[in-house]
Amino acid sequence: MKRFYCRPVNSKATLLTIILLLATAIPAFAHVQQGQAQGFITGLHHPVSGLDHVLAMIAVGLWGAQLGLPAVWMLPVAFPMMMAFGGFLGLLGLPLLGVEIGIAISAMLLGFMVAREAKPSLYIAVIIVAFFAIFHGHAHGTELPPGQSGLLYSLGFVVATGCLHGIGIVIGLIHKWQAGRILLRVSGAAVAMGGIYFLWSALA
Amino acid sequence: MRQLPSLVHALKLFLPGACVLILLFPIAAEAHLVTTGLGPIYDGISHVLLSMDDLLPILAMALLAGLNGPVAGRRTLFALSCSWLIAGLLGYSTGVSALPGTIVCASFLVLGGLTAADRRLTPNLVMVLAVVLGLLHGWLNGVAIFQAQREILGLAGIVTTIFVLVAILSAGVISLRKDWMRIVVRVAGSWVFASGLLMAGWMIKGQG
Repeated sequence: MKRFYCRPVNSKATLLTIILLLATAIPAFAHVQQGQAQGFITGLHHPVSGLDHVLAMIAVGLWGAQLGLPAVWMLPVAFPMMMAFGGFLGLLGLPLLGVEIGIAISAMLLGFMVAREAKPSLYIAVIIVAFFAIFHGHAHGTELPPGQSGLLYSLGFVVATGCLHGIGIVIGLIHKWQAGRILLRVSGAAVAMGGIYFLWSALA
Repeated sequence: MRQLPSLVHALKLFLPGACVLILLFPIAAEAHLVTTGLGPIYDGISHVLLSMDDLLPILAMALLAGLNGPVAGRRTLFALSCSWLIAGLLGYSTGVSALPGTIVCASFLVLGGLTAADRRLTPNLVMVLAVVLGLLHGWLNGVAIFQAQREILGLAGIVTTIFVLVAILSAGVISLRKDWMRIVVRVAGSWVFASGLLMAGWMIKGQG
């Protein structure tokens, strides 16, 4: 059988090489691509900076977990696409009436669905989620700080939203147990209460 | 696996409209290249891995090819690499872009949208999509290399990386057996679609 072995390290040669490399060190000509990575980080941070958005996204995941397959995955497929459509409308300058109210109602309605453990048909569930996704996209998708990459901001925004859905789905796994089902319904009620608060704030 | 006709129908209506709208706003393509200091081959490799406007459509293409089976995957592997290489050489030799920058968004929308919808396509159609993607993005890469006065060898790094990425990713998707794993791929496609749509909006707004 062929034997493998490591050659012993020649410490003198290694030391000499390091000294030689350090002696001939060239200054680093690093350049910063303005707004590239920063755009992605800003996009990642943006959805989690608003509690109304966070609550609604997690509620989508919770509801998906209650609905089971295939809704648990269909809702996160439909949501980002329609959210981007809302953002696209915002970027084109097309106004959407009552954006903040729409976001608050989305948290309220989705929380209510989770609290009631409502199980409508898949199409109805997708339509509800997709409709409210437009409001979330319109409100948050267009807030790019100057000088940052639009694509990376958008990518970060979409990924963060998807991760929030993922968190909701993972929390929703407790649905398997009786106590977990009750806990999910209670958290749905809490989300709905949050939605009512945001709706009150938007109308005030 | 249960399909979702409403999503598919919505995409059928929405995709062509969005693509036409994007093409109505011809913004000049502004491709950029990555400099590693390690030579043109590594520059090309880094370009693919770090430039999301090229990387995301490649990933979406690989996912779509994987979802459509091994024949589509094999054809995509060679069709995409070859067309990217040929278009890159042509773009380098002419040095003229003549393509609107927003056209890049169309590849995000079409490939991301088709991946999200998980429509069964014929291997030939998948191959045609790969050729179109390769011609479009390869051309822009070739022009960018010419305009930046870089070595054309960088194209070899780009094409090699594309070949490896598509081979690994499409083979990985083909090997998926559980339905929920395929839906994870569809979620990734929806993310590409969403990013492309928002990128189109930024470009139209002038902040792309």
